[in-house]
Amino acid sequence: MTLHLTTEERALLAGDHGEAVSLAMRILVSAAELLGAQALVRITSAHIDGCLHHGDGGVEFAEKLVATGGRVVVPTTLNVGALDLLHPDTVRADPSKLAMARRQMDAYVSMGAEPTFTCAPYQIGHQPAFGEQVAWGESNAIAFANSVLGARTERYGDFLDACCALAGRAPLHGLHIEENRQATVIVDTTNVPDALKDQDVFYPVLGSWLGLEVGREVSVIIGLPSTVSRDQLKALGASAASTGAVALFHVAGVTPEAPSLDAVVSKTQSVDRIKLTADMVKGALKRLSTTDTVERIDAVAVGSPHFSITEFEALLTLVRGRRMAVPFYACTARATLQELEVRGDLLQLQEAGVEIVADTCVVVTPILRESGGVLMTNSGKFAHYAPSNTGYEVIYGSLEDCVESAATGLVARTEAIWSW
Amino acid sequence: MLIPGNAEGRLLRLQSPISLWGGIDPVSGVVIDPRHPDHGVSISGTVLAMPGAVGSSSSSAVMLELLREGAAPAAILMARADAILAIGIFVSVELGYPTCPVLEVELSALDGTPQGTLLRVTSEGRVIRP
Repeated sequence: MTLHLTTEERALLAGDHGEAVSLAMRILVSAAELLGAQALVRITSAHIDGCLHHGDGGVEFAEKLVATGGRVVVPTTLNVGALDLLHPDTVRADPSKLAMARRQMDAYVSMGAEPTFTCAPYQIGHQPAFGEQVAWGESNAIAFANSVLGARTERYGDFLDACCALAGRAPLHGLHIEENRQATVIVDTTNVPDALKDQDVFYPVLGSWLGLEVGREVSVIIGLPSTVSRDQLKALGASAASTGAVALFHVAGVTPEAPSLDAVVSKTQSVDRIKLTADMVKGALKRLSTTDTVERIDAVAVGSPHFSITEFEALLTLVRGRRMAVPFYACTARATLQELEVRGDLLQLQEAGVEIVADTCVVVTPILRESGGVLMTNSGKFAHYAPSNTGYEVIYGSLEDCVESAATGLVARTEAIWSW
Repeated sequence: MLIPGNAEGRLLRLQSPISLWGGIDPVSGVVIDPRHPDHGVSISGTVLAMPGAVGSSSSSAVMLELLREGAAPAAILMARADAILAIGIFVSVELGYPTCPVLEVELSALDGTPQGTLLRVTSEGRVIRP
């Protein structure tokens, strides 16, 4: 089984169309061979995760592509960077590091990518259609594109996402191929009370459990209400993609490839069935917090993945006319921020003490006060990554819990819904 | 052999899967995820047996930084190919930085090998005690 390249692809690889695309093709071909792909597949869009500054290697790579004539050849969005370009004072880091972060973001824009700077491009108008082949980076965006939209992408990381965007192609493997999209694990949630399944706070917990339990297997969840919202599915996928390599899950009767359980369960592989119990849910809930003994919080962060307009509407309803006693950060896309401004909602949020972070988020770059402390969040992804990336202890709760706690600085959590 | 090369280092078998991003400090190579059972251990210079890679697609960038900083493992052994790690290694080589051999190995084959054993990975893809 060897990789077959078309005449055109061999020309791209040979450098007939410039050094940048040749470099991109070399990496693409190495990756495709490693993955056992027999061909490359043409893609219709890319989402580049590589504009976040992790160190100067990322800058070097991007600037090398720019210097050698790199241009994206499909519509390409950019993930968060390490800077809030709209509020430059938000990020606290040494100036040379900030300058490198800026250079990295600029390099991708100069290759023709759109300066979206969001981890949730799907909620600002960049939604591939059902069945479209795409190359997306950023684990939550990958899970959303595959699961909720029914587009087809594998898990593309930094660099390969950019190589795909420059070459307009991806290795034909994994979730690009129909038969690999069938579920080998059935997760049965019928035991979970409907009252809990109606709550947003359930979905990051379910996702966190799912990622740990199934890893990279494709699962189908049964027993969720047909009313489950896009924001709930977004939260589920982001959380699952934090604790495991989940790139695709189905929800029977909800997501597009699973009109029924039968439609999506693997016919060729053995299928595990797991019935979700109260203990499993409570265990996952407990793991999302690193402490349960503190009484005070020092900050709240929401918006991982980036807050949608509907999530801001819910937040505004909760904070209107109140004043947060501790810093309250809501992370979002610049496009969503602009919409908040147009609607007149931004001022009301700011008056309540909500600080909007755009283009980036509090877990990928230093925004939280240096002193450390306890961070409360309604995001499974923040809960997972904040302890290692910020040094803060984390308490997980609903959006309502976050607002109540931020208003007084004292932990307020609704516990009753978790008992059954 | 997924990525060929010679290497020598002491075996470090991680107790559970890890996301390099958020899990490993890109400059020092130390496990920084406080919830990981190997929290505080350095993967730098080891022959790293990984039960799996999880999570963020930013892990390729951390792999590149580890290689640039000289803090990467000497070699990686894993049961299943992980493209996200490999891409960081391919880019490292394109930019003129070191490589890191990666072998597909059933980790149960290492069951009789104590943690810390000096191992050599050969360019033919074998893991031996030197």
